[in-house]
Amino acid sequence: MDKKQNRNEWKRHGVQAVWALLTNSYLLGFAEGKIYRGKLKNLCVPGLNCYSCPGAVGACPIGAMQAVIGSWNFKFAFYVAGFLMFVGALMGRFVCGWLCPFGLIQDLLHKIPFPQKIGIFRGDKLLRKLKYVILLVFVILLPMFAVDIMGQGAPYFCKLICPAGTLEGGIPLVLLNQSMRSVLGWLYAWKNALLLITIFLSVLIYRPFCKYICPLGAVYSVFNPISVFRYRVDKEKCTGCKACAKVCKMQVDPTLNANHPECIRCGACKKACPENAIR
Amino acid sequence: MRKFLHVSKGGVCLAALGLVMMGIGILRGEMPIVLQKAINICMECIGIG
Repeated sequence: MDKKQNRNEWKRHGVQAVWALLTNSYLLGFAEGKIYRGKLKNLCVPGLNCYSCPGAVGACPIGAMQAVIGSWNFKFAFYVAGFLMFVGALMGRFVCGWLCPFGLIQDLLHKIPFPQKIGIFRGDKLLRKLKYVILLVFVILLPMFAVDIMGQGAPYFCKLICPAGTLEGGIPLVLLNQSMRSVLGWLYAWKNALLLITIFLSVLIYRPFCKYICPLGAVYSVFNPISVFRYRVDKEKCTGCKACAKVCKMQVDPTLNANHPECIRCGACKKACPENAIR
Repeated sequence: MRKFLHVSKGGVCLAALGLVMMGIGILRGEMPIVLQKAINICMECIGIG
């Protein structure tokens, strides 16, 4: 990666870090092992950010959606679905590239040197569809239909899959609370194992969680082609050199589809274009 | 002006629809469910419940 690309990438990481700090600014929570309990938590944040993180000042949209769908009196989450539609229609997966704390963590992990990084592999394309299955099954169907005798569904994605919850909420809270340490079981071990796998894979593969697992990325990806903020390739300027496709770590070719569902709008292609054909 | 004319109409309509849906959700009383979940430690999320 040349110096210009590198500088731009660190600029993006700066924005990601500032946003992560803003949305996790209840620093007292980290000192006391508690979470923020104020009214701001009525509001969702755009990225995947566990609301049980001691610093979180907003609600995770995926957790919130499961909470509403799984509640006994509501079976559709208009508020959260509307929020996701609003954000998605404005920005698409720009949120993934710039405003998601778990995206930042994966970005930084991928900077760790490793002898053989993995780009594209057999089955990659099919595996990218997995996030839509996870969205449908674990975020919508299971909380809606797998309910207890009170009619309440559990947040199955958070419970069984989400490594962000383990990293941002589980580990700090368990470290800071003796009472929680005494009740740990197989679920905590399972979630930590998933987190370790995610961390290891993030060193090898660029953003494996975003590519294959994240239901929030799946939602925003649907809006990528029609969102207000999106890329356009000036066909008159484009020489077809493919410099943009070569720098894309999500393996998107902007000359074929500038608003591909996998594009996280990191801006690398835009900066790499020698003709300034991407706007 | 040219930039404005290129704004995706579909995107603007969906963003507006999103706002309407948020309003419906708030009127239905979904916000307190979100708040209730978010201000209490989610045992499932952290791997205990």
